Amino acid sequence: MTVIQKPSRALRVLRGSKVGTKATRSRMGNAAVVFFLVLLAAFMSFPMIYTVNVAFKPMGELLKYPPDFFVQNPTLQNFTNLSNAISNSTVPFSRYFFNSIIVAGLGTLLHVIFASLAAYPLAKHKFPGRKTLFMMVVLGLMFSPTIVEVPRYLQMAAIGWLDSYQAMIVPLLINTLGLYLMKQFMEQINDAVLEAARIDGAGEWAAWWYVVMPAVKPAYLTLTIFAFKDFWNNIGPVMMYISSESKKTLPLALTNIMQGGLPRLGATAVVGLLLMLPPIIIFLITQSNVIETMKSSGMKD
Amino acid sequence: MTRMTLARKIKLHRTSYLMVAPFMLLFIGFMVVPVIMAVVYSFSTYNVMESPRFFGLTRLFDNYLRLFLDDEVFQISLRNTFMFAIITGPVSYVACLLIAWFVNDLKPKMRAAATLFFYAPSLAFNVYFMWKYVFASDSRGLLNTWLIQLGFINEPVLWLNDTRTTLLVVIVVQLWMSLGTAFLAFIAGLQGIDRNLYEAGAIDGVKNRWQELYHITLPSMKEQLLFGAVMQITGSFAVGSISAELIGRPSPLYSAHTLQMHMEDVALAPRFEMGYACAIAVVLFTITLSLNQLVRHLLQRGDKSV
Repeated sequence: MTVIQKPSRALRVLRGSKVGTKATRSRMGNAAVVFFLVLLAAFMSFPMIYTVNVAFKPMGELLKYPPDFFVQNPTLQNFTNLSNAISNSTVPFSRYFFNSIIVAGLGTLLHVIFASLAAYPLAKHKFPGRKTLFMMVVLGLMFSPTIVEVPRYLQMAAIGWLDSYQAMIVPLLINTLGLYLMKQFMEQINDAVLEAARIDGAGEWAAWWYVVMPAVKPAYLTLTIFAFKDFWNNIGPVMMYISSESKKTLPLALTNIMQGGLPRLGATAVVGLLLMLPPIIIFLITQSNVIETMKSSGMKD
Repeated sequence: MTRMTLARKIKLHRTSYLMVAPFMLLFIGFMVVPVIMAVVYSFSTYNVMESPRFFGLTRLFDNYLRLFLDDEVFQISLRNTFMFAIITGPVSYVACLLIAWFVNDLKPKMRAAATLFFYAPSLAFNVYFMWKYVFASDSRGLLNTWLIQLGFINEPVLWLNDTRTTLLVVIVVQLWMSLGTAFLAFIAGLQGIDRNLYEAGAIDGVKNRWQELYHITLPSMKEQLLFGAVMQITGSFAVGSISAELIGRPSPLYSAHTLQMHMEDVALAPRFEMGYACAIAVVLFTITLSLNQLVRHLLQRGDKSV
């Protein structure tokens, strides 16, 4: 039994044929499009490629005038000198890395579980208050959470959460984009499958875990990369709540090293590289699932 | 069905409520409550040391009056915030759509690679600091180096210090990282369109790609277009920390100061004017939300006329 209703086979076969599309594409137009895309891709990837090059530059090339874009004699100096690069820091560099892993790992896991759990009844149960709750979720998409940073600071101070891990985790945990996407995706699940599970004696919790979650794999992988990149990169206001060095994460270490100016440029680029690789790798693995999920992202009314 | 008491209704749907509880309780506690706090405190003076003093009825809107009548930095920030939003909002929206549309014509492998290239800045926006070295104001900056080598300029341009270029630099960097969730939604929307429609269109006389876009593609992905609009509007009003890091806090003559930054300046040491900062938050909140609702309305009206 298929869990998600897919378009009919005949339709999918037709999709393979490109007759209709080809007719509307001129050769000159295609060339222009490719040229435009290449130019734009160069602009978009410019800081990333520059980061990689700078990370491997020896000191002499970092201070060279005029500066080169590409590295001439790559070296690992900047990587080995990393711990010396963080001025007035009382903790080893690995500590920042560890904190980032804890915050991003735990935060992502909790976000995916809480959002998937809440999305199921919103998509498939009819209970009083369902519409109101979903309206709140959609409203949550319509303003940036940084707007509430001042009252949130007062709130964190009042409950004694300043300078704690939960202060870095909870504000991003409740990002409504994940819940919104998950709910939209779950609506495609065939009701008959859920009904069959209930007849077999499965409770709602079992139905959620054994039927719904396996069916929404693209969606929970999407929530994983979206949440991970937000937690991993976070330089938002919540980071102002963190004062002790031993709780700071990689992006905060980056800000610290950057203040060292040009002599620290190599170390800055190394941290930039560490920050940029994990989300890009995870996206690379999950990409097709992300696109699958976004197909149901549309807003109906 | 007979009327049920609220208690019985809740008991009947107990599982549903338990399932939404973890997310929703945290959301109410750490999002809804702060929004309400911001509104309430915006009618008070509050310096953290003493408990807030609320204004009487006659002076209720003092913080708001002060913002619009007395606070020159607020007015500059408001103008800058709108400048960012008016430029980065529509430009990034159209860019998301056009690039997604172009990318969608590529073969699957190339399409995946191109998607990664264009989405990468959203995945790794922390390397935005490299733009600092590109736009560096001395002759060591990459852009200045290249422009001098090519002979366009003789003297380095003070990109990060000149009040005529600071806003431009922030806009460029903001656009660089703006192909985000909306971009992915558009790619997905384009892939979800029924190929039969294109074949039918070709038979009906659709001649080139632009006609196809207007008559077939866009009407078929209205829901994604609306979702993308919400994403881009929300993002375009949240400019703050990037500007502060690139141009400085405050920027020369507040040329790249935004509402977000002004709010932080007012709330942080040495001012600690929490009530006043909350009034700025309420203004920003109102602007973002009303604009989102307005665009949503307009897009839906367009929907009915088609």
